[in-house]
Amino acid sequence: MFAGRALRDTFLPPYEFGEFFRQLYELGWRSAPLIAASGVAIGVVMSMHTRSTLERFGAEAMIPAGLGLSVVAEIGPLITALLMAGRAGAGIGAELGAMKVTEQIDALEAVAVDSFRYLSVTRVAAAVVALPLLTVLMDFAAIVGGYLAEMLVSGMSFGLYLTRTFTYIDFSDVLPSTLKTAVFGFIIAVTGSYLGFTTSRGTEGVGHASTRAVVASSILIIVADVVLVRIIMFFFPRGMV
Amino acid sequence: MVRLDGVHKSFGGRRVLDGVSFEVPRGRAFCLLGRSGSGKSVTLRHIVGLVRPDEGDVQVAGRDVTRLAGRELAEARRGIGFLFQGGALFDSLSVGENVAFPLRRHTRLTGAEIRARAQERLEEVGLAREYEKMPAALSGGMRKRVALARAMALDPAVLLVDEPSAGLDPITSEEIDRLLLERKERAGVTLVVVTHNIPSARLLGDQLAVLHEGRIVARGTAAELARSDHELVRAFMQSGAGG
Repeated sequence: MFAGRALRDTFLPPYEFGEFFRQLYELGWRSAPLIAASGVAIGVVMSMHTRSTLERFGAEAMIPAGLGLSVVAEIGPLITALLMAGRAGAGIGAELGAMKVTEQIDALEAVAVDSFRYLSVTRVAAAVVALPLLTVLMDFAAIVGGYLAEMLVSGMSFGLYLTRTFTYIDFSDVLPSTLKTAVFGFIIAVTGSYLGFTTSRGTEGVGHASTRAVVASSILIIVADVVLVRIIMFFFPRGMV
Repeated sequence: MVRLDGVHKSFGGRRVLDGVSFEVPRGRAFCLLGRSGSGKSVTLRHIVGLVRPDEGDVQVAGRDVTRLAGRELAEARRGIGFLFQGGALFDSLSVGENVAFPLRRHTRLTGAEIRARAQERLEEVGLAREYEKMPAALSGGMRKRVALARAMALDPAVLLVDEPSAGLDPITSEEIDRLLLERKERAGVTLVVVTHNIPSARLLGDQLAVLHEGRIVARGTAAELARSDHELVRAFMQSGAGG
């Protein structure tokens, strides 16, 4: 019911644009350093693993393509979503939980503001927009990380690395897997908001809301990923998803 | 102005309000006394529609808030100011932004006019210099005064006040009482005050009532309650006799 109401209210006026952009900044822009740094690290590690595997078959030239495909199809979207479940999910659960126990949510209602629309819908909309953008950042950072590792080993140029990466990556590999993270964003924000809005038992409850938001949204993301990958494979059978 | 008629409310099978009725005429102050857990704050929350009664009516300015929802409820709430026990300031906003918040939401004033009005409200509570500070940087008494400025921002006809003295030193508590009294006398605001503080109730209340186990067991002026036959009422009034 909570998720249904969040989905419905996102499209119904009045719109809280000011708060939406504030949340987009908080959830999106302020998560960018975490995502970029993680992306580079994942790219480096994956490059090392891919090299050790493909070397056995004499297929080192396929390292950029193999890494690129893994990143854009699955690793990038999933890691971005799980990192955001930790950062944004916990943040939303804790912030709204604290607002609940300190009566700030009641205070919003008392000044004639729809607290659900103001606090929850704006966060859901911001997370739905932010996740695909952060996924693109993660993909790019991982490819850069992969290149850095490859450059140190083989001295490959960035231009050649990019050419080899994108030769085998199709539009249908990138778009569905990136857009599916909008669903992950919805899951993260709805779960955090629900647990925040239903917080009780003071500061202890705030801690529980925060922890449960991370655990529940992470599990839901993994389950949703299985379903979404199956759907994407049905509609884009040539994709590597 | 404010009328509760036979309000019943239970939470999880526990009866909190058991037929509460009272009426507060325009420009008068009504103080609700009672022990912790007697249902005072829940009564206040009914008036602003934060809690819906299981039975009974709650009328504010002739409108039954129990039957309002959406825009109608929001419109009714614009005429009601609520001072929460802990202040309930929005901790992501500065002091000035907290006071300006209802003005930004519900008026067509320009940014400069909103700032001027918020500043004016803060001046009334003696905190004009704190406009840019964050609530976390203020003392408990200052936070409560900011919350009062926010509650008064839209010039509400009804002001609901939950424990104005809670957690405050006697001097700050008296300052808040005087602000409320001034609001009632100058602007004709109707006050409904929940308090444990008998001197505060004596100063503010035209009418006092004592809530016990969800029922109003006595009502009248402070002098009338002091002569009550009810043991709890007398004990309550005597507890503040020195104040």
